[in-house]
Amino acid sequence: MKTYLPLAIVLALSTAYGFWWKLTRGAIRSQKAVPGHLLNAEILGEALGTRATMVQFSSAFCTPCRATHLLLSQMVQSMNDVKHIQVDAESHLELVRELDIRSTPTTIFINKDGIEVGRAAGTPKRDQVLAALANIG
Amino acid sequence: MSDVLKNDDVAKIYIDARGPRFGATITTIVLAIALVTQNKWVLVAQGVVFLIGAVKGPQFTPYGLIFKNVVKPRLKGVAPTEDVRPPKFAQAVGFGFALVAAIGAFAGADLVFTIAVGMALAAAFLNAAFNYCLGCEMYLVLIRALRK
Repeated sequence: MKTYLPLAIVLALSTAYGFWWKLTRGAIRSQKAVPGHLLNAEILGEALGTRATMVQFSSAFCTPCRATHLLLSQMVQSMNDVKHIQVDAESHLELVRELDIRSTPTTIFINKDGIEVGRAAGTPKRDQVLAALANIG
Repeated sequence: MSDVLKNDDVAKIYIDARGPRFGATITTIVLAIALVTQNKWVLVAQGVVFLIGAVKGPQFTPYGLIFKNVVKPRLKGVAPTEDVRPPKFAQAVGFGFALVAAIGAFAGADLVFTIAVGMALAAAFLNAAFNYCLGCEMYLVLIRALRK
């Protein structure tokens, strides 16, 4: 008994989802920020940047985490007021739940007071990171 | 803060990143055949491939060996590498779906077979067509749900 209907349904749904996924990965979105949550040096184990900090949540089963880490850590080398901190999501589940992080890599952009101003799921583009950082005063 | 990620005890093996994606393409075709023909033995064969990939690594599956011996010698350019753990995780998820599908098929529950094969096919297709990272999207959601 041959049936093509399930195959057609699976391919149609996953194609639609795949395009949505490709489009949204890496985009830095301010409306996704969790309001009222403060990140500080005590929680992160490292001092914040004097103007901005990029807190990257990573996991072991995540290929783009490495590329994101390379990009962001290399970018902050020439910035003395911005820091990049990588956090292992798995060993900080409480924080992950509070910030409602669902996938890795997720990078939270916080200002000098530790307030989230935007976040990106997936590897952001260099220009977008620069633009997002420029908006943090 | 990132102790676990930097832990050297966690064996870090880097493989050619194009290998798992080639494997996902073959997997997509095999699972599509299983879904269309409703043939449980095609699914069982794919399940064995998933098991090898999950336990030993995707580079040791038949698809990985075809990639290494037939495809890779014909590819040009510098091989992009990736940590073996994300594709291993994806293979384990695939094995989970295949196991559910096989139990469904042998118990006579055709709908369970169709849905589980459909889920595995969706994951393999997303990986092949969009370079979808299953570990990125599923792992955190899973441990958030399973751990207190």
